[in-house]
Amino acid sequence: MAETSKPSTYEAVIGIECHVELKTESKMFCGCPNAFGGEPNTKVCPVCLALPGALPVPNKAAIEHMIAAGLAFGAEVPAFSKFDRKNYFYPDMPKDYQISQYDMPLTQGGVVRYWLEDGTMKECRLTRIHLEEDTGKSTHAGSGDGRIAGSTYSLVDFNRAGVPLMECVSEPDIRSADEAVGYLEALRRTLQQLGVSDVKMEEGSLRCDANVSIRPVGSTEFGTKTEIKNMNSFRSVHRAIESEIERQIALVEKGERVVQETRGWDEVRGTTHSMRSKEQAHDYRYFPDPDLVPMEIARELVEKVRAALPELPLSRFERYTTRFGLDVKQATQLVDNLPLAQFFDAVVAASENPKQATNFVLGDLSRLANEHGKPVHESAVIPAHLAELIALVEAKTINSKIAKELIERMWRGDGSPKAIVEREGLAQTSDPAAIEKFIDDVLAANEKSVTDYRAGKTNVMGFLVGQVMKASKGKADPALVNGLMKQKLEG
Amino acid sequence: MEIIERSAAQIAREVNARTLSACDVTDAVLAHVEAVEGDVGSYVSVLHDQARAAAARVDERVKNGETLPLAGVPLAVKDNMCLVGTRTTAGSKILENWHAPYTATAVQRLLDAGCVPIGKANMDEFAMGSSCENSALGVTKNPYDLSRVPGGSSGGSAAAVAAFEAAIGMGSDTGGSIREPAAFCNLVGFKPTYGRISRYGLIAFASSLDQIGPLTRTVEDAALAYDAMAGKDPMDATSIDRAIEPTATTLRTDLTGVKIGIVKQFDTRELGDDIDHLYDKAYHDLQALGAELVDIELPTADYGLATYYLIAPAECSSNLARFDGVRYGMRVEGADVHEMYEKTRAAGFGPEVKRRILIGTYALSSGYYDAYYVRAQKARTLIARDFEAAFAQCDLIACPAASSPAFQFNAKSDPYSMYLMDYYTIPMSLAGLPALSVPCGWVTPAGGSSPMPMGLQLTAPLFKERELLSAAHAYENMTKHASAYRPSLERTPGGR
Ligand SMILES: [Zn+2]
Repeated sequence: MAETSKPSTYEAVIGIECHVELKTESKMFCGCPNAFGGEPNTKVCPVCLALPGALPVPNKAAIEHMIAAGLAFGAEVPAFSKFDRKNYFYPDMPKDYQISQYDMPLTQGGVVRYWLEDGTMKECRLTRIHLEEDTGKSTHAGSGDGRIAGSTYSLVDFNRAGVPLMECVSEPDIRSADEAVGYLEALRRTLQQLGVSDVKMEEGSLRCDANVSIRPVGSTEFGTKTEIKNMNSFRSVHRAIESEIERQIALVEKGERVVQETRGWDEVRGTTHSMRSKEQAHDYRYFPDPDLVPMEIARELVEKVRAALPELPLSRFERYTTRFGLDVKQATQLVDNLPLAQFFDAVVAASENPKQATNFVLGDLSRLANEHGKPVHESAVIPAHLAELIALVEAKTINSKIAKELIERMWRGDGSPKAIVEREGLAQTSDPAAIEKFIDDVLAANEKSVTDYRAGKTNVMGFLVGQVMKASKGKADPALVNGLMKQKLEG
Repeated sequence: MEIIERSAAQIAREVNARTLSACDVTDAVLAHVEAVEGDVGSYVSVLHDQARAAAARVDERVKNGETLPLAGVPLAVKDNMCLVGTRTTAGSKILENWHAPYTATAVQRLLDAGCVPIGKANMDEFAMGSSCENSALGVTKNPYDLSRVPGGSSGGSAAAVAAFEAAIGMGSDTGGSIREPAAFCNLVGFKPTYGRISRYGLIAFASSLDQIGPLTRTVEDAALAYDAMAGKDPMDATSIDRAIEPTATTLRTDLTGVKIGIVKQFDTRELGDDIDHLYDKAYHDLQALGAELVDIELPTADYGLATYYLIAPAECSSNLARFDGVRYGMRVEGADVHEMYEKTRAAGFGPEVKRRILIGTYALSSGYYDAYYVRAQKARTLIARDFEAAFAQCDLIACPAASSPAFQFNAKSDPYSMYLMDYYTIPMSLAGLPALSVPCGWVTPAGGSSPMPMGLQLTAPLFKERELLSAAHAYENMTKHASAYRPSLERTPGGR
């Protein structure tokens, strides 16, 4: 394959355009509920059906979501913004124009910082994030395969029409499929944790297209780009970009040219195919929407939104890796699961032992959560109890075996581990006299083993220690037992 | 006076006093409509059932002790305004059979105030026109001379009120569509400040210019209708959130201390001797009422027409895109969706609408946008500034509402001569100012047999509706031009 034969000759230049449905009570310009699914055309009104005479009124919550997203990526939120009409005929689009933003978007610039699996930090600049409205959805009937070709009629569901949609356009700063996915993950976790969107690709609340071109490494010019559409998961984004890079390299190596076009990703074939060979030059005739007055974005509002921003995933990631010493995988696992991360933070705050907290939260607790199909933060285990457990282990009051038992019991709802230990006398026995007593009893009962040991069969040591642990009901400090046993046998 | 000829104020007074019932008023008006509609053709639809039901509700409310500012007042609703359950056509084939599933805010407010909807009034298609001749749904004639047009685009509402088929006509004014038909039909036609009255439920022509207002036989009625309709509407983002001062209760009868600007650029000598004398007299009458006349300049007013005919078509080209055959209205099937769009719109829109969609599409096209749309917006700003400067010297501006009285059918064969009818009204629309036309005398057109009314246009600074209506009231009260002649209708007695 071309890519493997000359792996370092070309680099990819990728920009990503995302459409993200905002999470709001109502649609962007009317009072209809903004919710996924439902019987067709049940979440509609004169405004989102574009009945004659209906007028749009902007949703303030959506505008605040936009400001929050902009601030999270360090974008500029200008003092003025406005809505424009993007004019084109489309049966999904009731007004036959889309209310969008042309030259005065709600946010400009900004940077998405993200990390790769190996921990490398990357940056992708944003061109802009603007606010617009979603379209309805068409179903084509009569063609057997749901495609428009050969269909006898089409049905349109306008439930989604008018849902607030954020369009986030990146600069062409991405250089590989891995980076593209890293960027998208950063975007997804940030928007999700800001509470501005569910960002679910499977429900269409996140949709993305990639602009891909290649160029010789070291070149600063851009090659001809293609726009890749129809990618419905991060995995397909990764595969589609890799496949498209390969295709473009193969073309160039054959001495052919890449054609600027829109290409669709075919999940089954694993390739992209040309969607529109003759790219229609659209003239959208943008002009300011006269139904909507220009927006003055009060600085007080921006500061209010800024003050309400939660800790962002990037800052959390850096805190976990640099201050708590988590590895990239552990940190990512937590950062991508906000309730778990918040649980974790509470455990660390109470125990001041991030290492043990990581072990318990990502180890035993996550395993239990998986087994029971219930997230940790909804289980009976509360951070204060886990911190107690960590303290018991730290103080060597219990050993790791008891700790494992206790965490299972905490999951089952037995409450404070400290109380269980006290109530049931589970504290580790570290009293040499008591342990000596156990050892003496065991040695007396196992004379043959003692003889064997002294004859050089030192491997019976394990058996004898085991017997002592058993006699102590697991409470004896295993290190102490080992030391004392050795003294007795060799002394 | 016969019931049907009474003013809205009179009817409301009597219905509230229960000396007259809204049902009786409605029956009288419906009977009269039956008698004259064949000649006048004001209405696209007459709402017999809705009218009777609304009248019964008004009587019930009054009986229950409510006092309604417009109790029992017969209302003509321009057919570009939604009224739930009624056919709402905007004068177009494309909406010929569309029934509105909701009610426009302004209509609702008038109904809440006690109005009874008699019918949906004819209009130029999508409010594009100045004679009502662009309606795809029928001919409306001027009640003062059936060989002449009623004006437009609110011609049906104007004719209805002039012919006593309603006491209040709802109009919409984009470049003069209330004021010009008011002048042609011997009425008061009032366009408030842009944003004073909600546009929700008004089928858009040019969103940044469209404004609803009343056509009435008296200034007091216009004030009552305005008071009922004005005010912020959460359903219209461009409606203004600003306290409304009631106007009907503060109407003056003199103009002492009021400075009225006479526009140097609007030289009435160009309109012929009769008309020139008529406006001269009107300005002197204002002076006689105590006003001080001052000369003012509106240097950019002459660019109004060109500016308007870029901005309004640009907006309409986008506003009318939704009439695509997909969801409602006329559909002509095609091989695919694009052919369906083309055939539907080709069959559904009339020539003037198509012309404006084409002009607007062109003005917004890439490569032409800056040269046309952007420059038109700049010119619009300059025109608004001219008015601001003028209002530093005066309180109101007086000028003609139209350059001639109502003309005969088919008299304006080329579009440009029709566009010129709005020469005096367009600058105020571009500046968003409140303006009205009030009857100011009669002229007999060349070749005409009967005298036809003319309108004096008064314009006020933004939000000065109260001062504007007051001045018009003082002028009307002294001159009483409206009552000089009666409409030339063969009528059956309408009162009981
Ligand atoms: Zn809706």
